[in-house]
Amino acid sequence: MRVLLPTMLRSYSAGAAEVDAAGTTLGDLLADLDRRFPGIRFRVIDEQDRVRQHVRIFVDGEVAGDLGVALAGRSVVQIVGALSGG
Amino acid sequence: MLLVATRKGAWILHGDSARRTWRVDGPHLLGQVVNHLVMDPRDGRTLLMAAKTGHLGPTIFRSDDLGRTWKEAARPPAFPKVDDGTNGRAVSHTFWLEAGPASEPGVWWAGTSPPGLFCSEDGGATWESVSGWNDHPMYSKWVPADSGTPDGPLLNQIVIDPRDARHMYVATSTGGVFESSDRAASWAPLNKGVEANFMPDPYPEYGQDAHYLAQSRVRPDRIYQQNHCGIYRIDRPADVWERIGRNMPADIGDIGFSIVAHPRNADVAWVFPMDGTEVWPRTSPGGKPAVYRTRDAGASWERQDRGFPAEQGWFTVKRQAFAIDSLDPVGIYLGTTGGELWASSDEGESWHEIVRHLPEIYSVVPAGAA
Repeated sequence: MRVLLPTMLRSYSAGAAEVDAAGTTLGDLLADLDRRFPGIRFRVIDEQDRVRQHVRIFVDGEVAGDLGVALAGRSVVQIVGALSGG
Repeated sequence: MLLVATRKGAWILHGDSARRTWRVDGPHLLGQVVNHLVMDPRDGRTLLMAAKTGHLGPTIFRSDDLGRTWKEAARPPAFPKVDDGTNGRAVSHTFWLEAGPASEPGVWWAGTSPPGLFCSEDGGATWESVSGWNDHPMYSKWVPADSGTPDGPLLNQIVIDPRDARHMYVATSTGGVFESSDRAASWAPLNKGVEANFMPDPYPEYGQDAHYLAQSRVRPDRIYQQNHCGIYRIDRPADVWERIGRNMPADIGDIGFSIVAHPRNADVAWVFPMDGTEVWPRTSPGGKPAVYRTRDAGASWERQDRGFPAEQGWFTVKRQAFAIDSLDPVGIYLGTTGGELWASSDEGESWHEIVRHLPEIYSVVPAGAA
């Protein structure tokens, strides 16, 4: 499915703003994303599996509160860098 | 060479043999919040960088080509995952990187916020939680949940005894200094005589805020400490610190973030005092920057301010941003939160600005030849 990456993660995707990844939950999808782009998951998810403070992840336009959110085959996942100050 | 870490990236300054002219190389990883950039003294080549961004979590970058390319750690420092539903710790940022001894190539140690200790055995590629500290039965006492500096509570420094790599010290902002004699497997406080005037008991066993330690290279039993509450010295095996900051001029005081020790003379050290009166501005007292040098292990101090602004110089120098090289005469460097880097190539006698307009400087580390 489609994953939209913010600018601050595109060093992992060779500049791509949109990549493909697979999974039936958000956690599975992020694991797959990390296999394709090593290191990317830890920059947005901490070691306790929490979305980092200044990151938001949207699934089909809704904020995903945790990694257990179910994904449909045509879901669009958007990772956003949010309000970190100057 | 000077490795300069800032809130917005890193710079590498290459100096001439007189340490007078510096070529500025950078920025490296512009926009990353870089708390520490260090060179591996065992090979004089490898760089390790502790970084995060405003949005993204903490990681470690490594360069084998002086910053032309950077490779991210496969497993950065991270606390063990706890059972779901509990409020487990997560590394906010790595604050300090320390190379292991020459006898342990590839070993690196890291101190983090919240105060955690991590070790890598493979040159910084993968990091493991050091249970002896992170799971210590006293951890919640040494690191109270509501403690912290403005940037979070810190394990802000790791010192390894050059004679015995199993003998280590750590400095924390929450509990003071701790010592291990078994390569970080167990720890004990080392804070006797150190004031914590913000605590109900002003001389507690732990709870001090140890800003910076300077261990003498030629006499490793001697350690200087710039603490939140003054300047101290200890000569092991004594276990009581002496407040040598009492010998500073009363109108200057002994508040600051850092202290450096002369690489060849254990009686010589420098501090950069900052204003700790009233609301703690932590700027140069009176707006007149100066370092103070002791040449008798803290019994007396002398002012060195030639070259600094004579007035209206409101410098703040953070704990990692005051550094000394090992050349003769020694060079001393200080980076300000205003992005100015100042240097002395004559043991503090005179100072000159070598670069300005950088972002807020977090750390300055001399590396290799100047």
